[in-house]
Amino acid sequence: MIFRSKLAKVSLATIAILGICSTTLSADTLGEVQKQGFVKCGVDGGLPGFSEVGSDGIYKGIDVDLCRAVAAGVLGDAKKVKYIALNAKERLTALQSGEIDILSRNTTWTQTRDTTLGLNFTGVTYYDGQGFMVNKKLGVKSAKELDGASICLQTGTTTELNVADYFRTNKMKYKLVSYDTNDQVLKGYESGRCDVLTSDQSQLYGLRIKLAQPDDSIVLPEIISKEPLGPVVRQGDDKWFDIVKWTSYAMITAEEKGVTSANVDAMLKSDDPDIKRLLGSEGQMGENLGLKKDFAYNIVKQVGNYGESFEKTVGMGSPLKIARGYNALWNKGGLQYAPPFR
Amino acid sequence: MLTLLRNQKVRGILFQLLTVIGLVAFLWYIGVNTLTNIEQRGIQTGFGFLNGTAGFGIDQSPIAYTEENTHGRVFIVGLLNTLIIAMAGIVFATLLGLLIGVLRLSKNWLISTLARGYIDFFRNIPLLLQILFWYNVVLRAMPSPKQSINFFDMFFVNNRGLYFPLPDYNTTFFAMVASLGIALIGIVALNMWANKRKEESGEDFAVVPYAFGLLVLLPIVAYFLSGANLHFSIPELKGFNFKGGKTLSPEFLALTFALTIYTATFIAEAVRSGIEAVSHGQKEAAVSLGLSPYQSLKFVVMPQAIRIAIPPIINQYLNLIKNSSLATAVGYPEIVTVFAGTSLNQVGQAVEIISMTMLVYLTISLLVSAFLNWFNHKMKIKER
Repeated sequence: MIFRSKLAKVSLATIAILGICSTTLSADTLGEVQKQGFVKCGVDGGLPGFSEVGSDGIYKGIDVDLCRAVAAGVLGDAKKVKYIALNAKERLTALQSGEIDILSRNTTWTQTRDTTLGLNFTGVTYYDGQGFMVNKKLGVKSAKELDGASICLQTGTTTELNVADYFRTNKMKYKLVSYDTNDQVLKGYESGRCDVLTSDQSQLYGLRIKLAQPDDSIVLPEIISKEPLGPVVRQGDDKWFDIVKWTSYAMITAEEKGVTSANVDAMLKSDDPDIKRLLGSEGQMGENLGLKKDFAYNIVKQVGNYGESFEKTVGMGSPLKIARGYNALWNKGGLQYAPPFR
Repeated sequence: MLTLLRNQKVRGILFQLLTVIGLVAFLWYIGVNTLTNIEQRGIQTGFGFLNGTAGFGIDQSPIAYTEENTHGRVFIVGLLNTLIIAMAGIVFATLLGLLIGVLRLSKNWLISTLARGYIDFFRNIPLLLQILFWYNVVLRAMPSPKQSINFFDMFFVNNRGLYFPLPDYNTTFFAMVASLGIALIGIVALNMWANKRKEESGEDFAVVPYAFGLLVLLPIVAYFLSGANLHFSIPELKGFNFKGGKTLSPEFLALTFALTIYTATFIAEAVRSGIEAVSHGQKEAAVSLGLSPYQSLKFVVMPQAIRIAIPPIINQYLNLIKNSSLATAVGYPEIVTVFAGTSLNQVGQAVEIISMTMLVYLTISLLVSAFLNWFNHKMKIKER
């Protein structure tokens, strides 16, 4: 049979395409990560302290450290991460569609996001709350004086919902100016398009140091919302969910037990059974997760414990100088708490 | 069987049938596959979210909108804003394009070179860059609200936008609007009568002065008849921003400006090519008939040029409508920004929302092209 007409070729091609397009996404993220040899991690990429490309071209920040910790635990090398910079609008869809393995991008854990999007939050890596930043020249001392102000914010966030609620409850009016990325938000604020910049408080401090004149702006005292930020994974892959969850817990437990990246080798000889189980010289903790015995050792050795990571990225060792506050360990007046390694 | 396949007609039908079956199966497969995947991941489906409370604010809305309205209303606000920006862009781009297109053919070297330079420059820079450029220029160049540029204490320009007074909607206002409408209808009728008279008797009738008189006099009469009670709400600086009057935001201005300047270059080229396509003999014939240059342009060149230029101009209108979705770069709240952006992020149902948005552009574009094709058909030379 000879295919003379163009139509005949087209129909054959259609049938061929049908045969190719019959793959569905598998739910074995761990297997895929091990096969591809790196973790695909969705981050902000432009937020000081959380995830930012440093002057040496390497990603840094507390969100980035979580990605590095997972890579260290799963693959034994914290450098085996492929970072994908996402804006607030893209991030959840990117995770849903399988473009990334973990979303670690200062994402607020809310009921709606947890239940309707096919996603799971693995915990809280940073307890935050929403605040306002204004220019000192306006002479505003409290968020209650912001009636009629123009407000710049990043669209696709819980921020715009909180602002709406706050101004409505306080019977104030506002003008909304919403942008796609934090950089644009900052540009809008700096050029005077709006009077107020609102975001999570940690981000306000991070954005403030990017301003030409950081001292001209102040962060108002009010915190108008609860913003528990944490990593997100796809629903339906409990194994991967457990791995990311216990990676954070390993870092918190390490801080609680005083295990740091500097002393982790010495700690291997510790007599404390908790430390022994954590670092894998006793028990089956790594195997339970489908990982190697020494997964937590690798995390602490290469990334550090939670406290180290916090101080280096957003705390006193960083330009942001944010106090631990709610993010201190549970036995030091904060909320960071890990279930036991047992 | 084999002989049947050798029959070209049968074979043609068979392959068409196979293609249609293949295509339907392919689309059906994609649909089912998507739905299964979505279900497996526990993502919500359906259009129930349209009735859910949006919870976020939108700065510019032609209809009443508050945070308590639904995502369905957000969709409508976005749609209206898209239509507004598209309409503004089309009107200004057409005017500017016509002007530049005619100037481009000017015998004056300086004028035609300038017009050509304009076209070559703006046509070859990506639209997104132009939008961002104008937006940042507008923002950086303008003063803060307290140092606004002030025109007669009525018009204000600052980095929050352009403020101008708006009349209160009372009887006088509506009477004047109605009288303007009547004046316009009157002008159309007058024009038709003048054309008819010219065809019958060949005598010219100067419509313009009468039209102008109607446009000015009728509203003035209406103003006094309805009690001379026209009030303007004038923008005033109160607190952080101006209140009262009407505002055009920097986002809107930058977007309209960029879309106009960019699309006008293509329209200008369409106009120029239309005029140049009219054969030289036609112009010579017009001259030898004793028509003045203006008459020859109006009665001989333009009617033919417009016919040639309409199809490419339709394409530019459609491009402009689709390009308006670049508004998302500067945060103008049209449908892609608020509905396919913010709403999508709050509810997370990408498949439904993106399909709805695509359908909107498809519908608008098809309607516009259907209308303009009809118009084109009407304008076409009727060959009998």
